[in-house]
Amino acid sequence: MKVSVRKLICCAFFLTIPACLCFAQDSAAVPKADTGDTAWILMSAALVMLMTPGLAFFYGGLVRRKNYLSVLMQCFIALAVLSIHWVIIGYSISFAPGNGFIGGLQWFGLKGVSLEPYSDYGATIPHQAFMIFQAMFAIITPALIIGAFAERMKFSAYLVFILLWATFIYDPMAHWVWGTGGWLRNMGVLDFAGGTVVHINAGIAALVAALVIGRRSCYDKYAIAPHNLPFSVLGAALLWFGWFGFNAGSALGANGIAVNAFVVTNTAGAAAALTWAVIDWKLNGNPTMLGTISGAIAGLAAITPAAGYVGIWSALIIGITASIFCFIAVSYIKRAFNYDDSLDAFGVHGISGFWGTIAAGLFASKAINPLGADGLFAGNPKQLYIQLIAVAATFGYALIGTYIIFKIVDVFIGVRATHENETIGLDLSEHNERAYTMLE
Amino acid sequence: MKLIIAYIQPHKLKDVKLSLYKAEVFKVSVTNSLGCGQQKGYHESYRGVPIEVNLLKKVRLEIAVNEGFVEKTINAIIEGARTGQIGDGKIFVVDLPECIRIRTGERGGEAIG
Repeated sequence: MKVSVRKLICCAFFLTIPACLCFAQDSAAVPKADTGDTAWILMSAALVMLMTPGLAFFYGGLVRRKNYLSVLMQCFIALAVLSIHWVIIGYSISFAPGNGFIGGLQWFGLKGVSLEPYSDYGATIPHQAFMIFQAMFAIITPALIIGAFAERMKFSAYLVFILLWATFIYDPMAHWVWGTGGWLRNMGVLDFAGGTVVHINAGIAALVAALVIGRRSCYDKYAIAPHNLPFSVLGAALLWFGWFGFNAGSALGANGIAVNAFVVTNTAGAAAALTWAVIDWKLNGNPTMLGTISGAIAGLAAITPAAGYVGIWSALIIGITASIFCFIAVSYIKRAFNYDDSLDAFGVHGISGFWGTIAAGLFASKAINPLGADGLFAGNPKQLYIQLIAVAATFGYALIGTYIIFKIVDVFIGVRATHENETIGLDLSEHNERAYTMLE
Repeated sequence: MKLIIAYIQPHKLKDVKLSLYKAEVFKVSVTNSLGCGQQKGYHESYRGVPIEVNLLKKVRLEIAVNEGFVEKTINAIIEGARTGQIGDGKIFVVDLPECIRIRTGERGGEAIG
């Protein structure tokens, strides 16, 4: 009898194994967060967060010493204000299921945004991981516009402007391209990490803001020199570093697509940095530090929409051409039209965004990413057509929307600091502090 | 020979340089300086603690000129630096007994010009 009892136990044990396996398969059918993917997305969110202070240093080094803190403050306060805006309402407007143009309010205050995966936004990461990753994009995009009105915008007006702009421009645009049911997403637009939503959007907003607020008071009299280029280099380095999270993180997993995005991001940034340095050397006699970092930013911005869909040869071409286009925009177009886009937010981010989004339609290949699409050079001209529609729609919406918002803020609060405050410097007039002392 | 020393608002430096250039005064030394006058400073705050700053940033210009250039130089500085507000600055004119160019050993008016 004893033997048979043991046999029975053995049988029971072996019978439970397939039962367990079945159970395991059942639970796999329900989306379950992958630890590696989740770790990478959290890490990427942190990397993208660092880009906003990076941008602060990049821009801060380029302004005069009397306005240094004002630029750092504008960037840093964006982290604070837009983080809160995002978890309360921004994420819901952007990503909750709604119509083709805007999300709903059902995720207000992250209601229902759980710690389980949401299959439409990364099936292997908790929904809140996707949310916080996207939060960092929503923060840096309005901050990019600062470059256009640096050294002359009133802080109070700035705060109201970024809140309105995030709500009415960024959030709907993010929904168009990335949200469930978004009309550009349904059309099949390729925008891996934000060529339209981030770079064209912020670039056009910058152009509009620069035109409405007007030139800095001494802009026509003499050139305004950067006060501390090493800070700008530090900022550019932080931006490059953070861009790995921005682009490779947009794969929403620790996988091959993320690796591809990482590699082409680095390649395009490098190609563009080198190209700008060479252009400087040829045309102006010396390779400049400012030119080299401007090139790096142009290349990194240009590869952003294409990072998940192209290989290194395309990345090299995208990077090199991005620097050429941006150089022309900054050196000739800005001069010809005489607008004061003070730190070239439009000239670098806007132009790169345009070029990158179109380039995605030219160079994309399913051989790189089977979930993407083929571009023109892989025999699919329709993709280029879709990209052009996305570019045109972003351009139009950002142009008109930003103009209305900026004008409203101007009427109610006044966007421009007084001439006296502009002369003293915004550090003292807006924040009552100085970046540097002369005597201890 | 006179030594003209002027304290002006830092943001007027470029305008003053331009007006000096127009008056054909090409030689000038510039230093940053701190000072206090009628403006009486302003308040800054550090973590909520108010700090009165009565030393304001100014720029100091030193220009050595021959007699014929004294009025021209003064007028050029005023033209470039004047806004009509308190804090525009001051100009001091002092006698300059000697001037030597180190490279050639020239002295006096020739060394200035």
